[in-house]
Amino acid sequence: MRIGILITHIRAEEKLLISAFQERGIEPDIILDRDLNFDVTAGPEQLAPTGVPWQAYDLLMERSISTSRGLYTLALLNSWGINTINRYEPAAICADKLRTSIALAQAGVPQPPARVAFDPETTLKALDQLGYPAVFKPVTGSWGRLLARVNDQDTAEAIIEHRQTLGDYHHHTYYVQQYIDKPGRDIRAFVVGERTICAIYRQSPHWITNTARGGQASNCPVTPEINDLCLRAAQAVGGGVLAIDLLEAPDGQLLVNEVNHTMEFRNSSAPTGVNIPAEVVSYALSQMRVTA
Amino acid sequence: MSTATCPECDADVTIPADAMENELISCADCGAELEIISLNPVELDLAPEVEEDWGE
Repeated sequence: MRIGILITHIRAEEKLLISAFQERGIEPDIILDRDLNFDVTAGPEQLAPTGVPWQAYDLLMERSISTSRGLYTLALLNSWGINTINRYEPAAICADKLRTSIALAQAGVPQPPARVAFDPETTLKALDQLGYPAVFKPVTGSWGRLLARVNDQDTAEAIIEHRQTLGDYHHHTYYVQQYIDKPGRDIRAFVVGERTICAIYRQSPHWITNTARGGQASNCPVTPEINDLCLRAAQAVGGGVLAIDLLEAPDGQLLVNEVNHTMEFRNSSAPTGVNIPAEVVSYALSQMRVTA
Repeated sequence: MSTATCPECDADVTIPADAMENELISCADCGAELEIISLNPVELDLAPEVEEDWGE
């Protein structure tokens, strides 16, 4: 059995996953995404940076911190029939907030009202239709970076002008979401295959609650409602190992805010008591048996 | 437990016993984020800057 882990560099999560594989008697090959050099017109007989043909890998776990490197590698490997976690299509949907919204809408999964526009004037109309306050989100991006809450049209005009002037074309796609007045926290739930294995509250006095931005993690019991919603969200994007971010609306309804395909979990095993890397590795091994 | 020199500030950086190649660590003196390029011998480099597409 040969397993590879694709990384940009080793963070706490990758170290925990490698250790979890080792506890199962497996020594995964570490593949650095900076060393990737594919012949895109050839096939899986070409050598990976480890010197082993790609086709020798039973599974590649994609843990690249670089979204573009991770996605393109998944696209190539899946085109060659190589098993990956996650697979390309769910990862590509999760990497794009607009595509995630489309997938959730198609599946009837509740999410904050959102609109997309491409022209500055039209974006202002979209915001009027959505209502203030609203949140600008880059369609690609993570860790709460470049989110902007706008409380009125003056602020929106400033954000749009900056993005038009300073941003590349990605920033000229204006994905705007209704601001949800959540109770000082959101919920990060971890889905592994067909199970929501655990969840945390991310508490913060700031409206951006990402732990990367200082949000504090504590255990959130996985209620039947959370489990059902998360599994539906995971299924909507194609499934796999996913982190689902939920917002609690003032009326109590749970809304799916985002779905993440290379989840970070270093702060989540302790408060939940769930060994997340062990769960991920068990799922990975079960998937190898399914596809063998 | 070994040490190496911080490429940013020349301070001694302690390398944890369970460190791995390509792992990120911080310099306790200057706070720079560093990558362990090799373990034998220990070699550190500045970690790459965060890029726009980095994330989860």
